[in-house]
Amino acid sequence: MIRRIPWALIVLIAAFCVPAFGSRYYTFLANDIVIWALFATSLNLLVGYTGLVSFGHAAYFGIGAYTAGILMKKLGVSFLLALPAAAGLAALAALVFGFFCVRLTRIYFAMLTLAFAQIVLAICFKWNEVTGGEQGMPEIPYPDFAGFESIGAVIPFVGGWRTAEYFYFVSLAVVAACLWCMRRIVASPFGRMLTTIRENPERAAFIGVDVRRYELAAFVLAGAFAGVAGGLFGIFNRGVFPDFAYWNKSAEVLIMTLLGGIHTFFGPAVGAAVLIWLNQQIVSYTQYWPLILGAILIVLLFVFPGGIAGAADALFRRLSRRLARA
Amino acid sequence: MPDLSFVFAQSLSGLTAAMFLFLIASGLSLIFGVLRVLNFAHGTFYMLGAYAAWQIVQWLGTAGWSFWFAVLGAASAVAILGGLVERFLLRHLYAKDELYQLLFTYALVLVLSDVAKILWGTQQKGVARPPGLEGATTLLGATVPYYNLFIIALGLAIAAAFWFVLQRTRAGRFIRAAALDRETLGALGVNVGLLYTGVFVLGSFLGGLGGALVTPVRTIVPGMDTEIIVEAFVVVVIGGLGSFWGTFLGALIYGQVLAFGILFFPRFSIFAVFALMAAVLIIRPWGLLGRPLK
Repeated sequence: MIRRIPWALIVLIAAFCVPAFGSRYYTFLANDIVIWALFATSLNLLVGYTGLVSFGHAAYFGIGAYTAGILMKKLGVSFLLALPAAAGLAALAALVFGFFCVRLTRIYFAMLTLAFAQIVLAICFKWNEVTGGEQGMPEIPYPDFAGFESIGAVIPFVGGWRTAEYFYFVSLAVVAACLWCMRRIVASPFGRMLTTIRENPERAAFIGVDVRRYELAAFVLAGAFAGVAGGLFGIFNRGVFPDFAYWNKSAEVLIMTLLGGIHTFFGPAVGAAVLIWLNQQIVSYTQYWPLILGAILIVLLFVFPGGIAGAADALFRRLSRRLARA
Repeated sequence: MPDLSFVFAQSLSGLTAAMFLFLIASGLSLIFGVLRVLNFAHGTFYMLGAYAAWQIVQWLGTAGWSFWFAVLGAASAVAILGGLVERFLLRHLYAKDELYQLLFTYALVLVLSDVAKILWGTQQKGVARPPGLEGATTLLGATVPYYNLFIIALGLAIAAAFWFVLQRTRAGRFIRAAALDRETLGALGVNVGLLYTGVFVLGSFLGGLGGALVTPVRTIVPGMDTEIIVEAFVVVVIGGLGSFWGTFLGALIYGQVLAFGILFFPRFSIFAVFALMAAVLIIRPWGLLGRPLK
């Protein structure tokens, strides 16, 4: 019965209400979470659904962030064009890099994705004329919300919001649309085939599936959605910096994905929410967040390898079995 | 056209960098070859080796043999740490997916580098060159520090010792056998668990040794771990993960590409190295001298 409740819809509605009830700080936190939730879910297309462990997913996040940032700041392009462009360029990069990566398996795949991410990082760092080099690109403008504001001012209880809150609504809508797309993708015959490949690539090849092409398609899709997340994050963060493509970003999103649970669709989003919330709680007490993160990761690996979703699922099953017996 | 002595100096500095990298990457490659674990924390072991050496020099002073005691002490301390990690933590993850082992070693990076920050702060540190190796000599018109020559000689000596142990001793035969087929080796009555711990200890020792030896030429700072681990990855991937001579070759290539890449495209020399790595992975995913995994 609990499973019948449309949890995703409830969470979405609740998320839309955050600026109305929470303080600005909570809107900020929620915005951070929804963007990372998209990033982590995009990675899970690879890790959870296709069985490809990418250690360089931040590359596409970074490419998306730089694309949207450069278009909006330097060329004055509208957000409505810049965001699809971010997805498109990230997808293109994923197509080129992925073409080589899917030729390799397991640990070598992980290392090549890392190598390509380092190349992207090196470009971000050194190509001063375009990317701003080490300094990055501060002051990415917000999208133009003039239209929204004039509408918002008329509706009661709605007016008086700042640009940051409008941007939160926009990113929430974009993320919700992307998650819906990904949900459809993994439930489609194409998505089922990805799962088949994860379970047994040899057998998939044996029944006539072009495994590499499917893996490449998944890689490109994951890259495109990571690009969207990056584009949003650059605007949210008010600037784009080379460390967006750094390998600890890749690791962080992998940890979120694992923390939430790679075997469920919404697990990574939950992982993103938990990790970001925890980070916000902990950095006000100590500067040693990596130490805490490492400790969390070790506990996770040894005690809850299925992540939060896995643990919740096990608990839920135990409860329902007990209920059935009673 | 750059003159000959400049080219010579450049290649020699590339060779020195290559020997440091070989020391570190050989440990990484050894561990991967036998345990099939890609140890992200290897760079952190290197950093801990550097800090430990600095600490021991602080205790003993700089006179006489203290630097060499510090080097050995630091490498041994890191080796013990490696042994503890393998024996009590990593061991329990062998049966699980590679992702878990990879993330475990990454967790070690996070934890240990913060522990180093707590213990030693974020200030840059350095160690003086040991007595007897402070000066420099002139070779073919290029100034070469004695310490660099010593590192080149030591790198070659360790490569030779490595080769001897792997090819000519009983332990070396077990190590090579474990890399090929651990089940059969276990079935033949070899204590594979102990062998794994031993290999991890030896690999960590090499990482710590590299870190301790690098202290007279590079500053010790937080973040030196991630820098070196990425370099070591490139080296082992070019040469072939798990291949001893591959690691040696990879380090040599890396050193020269970096030393001469700076001349031709100063801003993108690191890019050249990664492009080389990507190229090798595409043509021979298992590296120049490596073997394909089953």
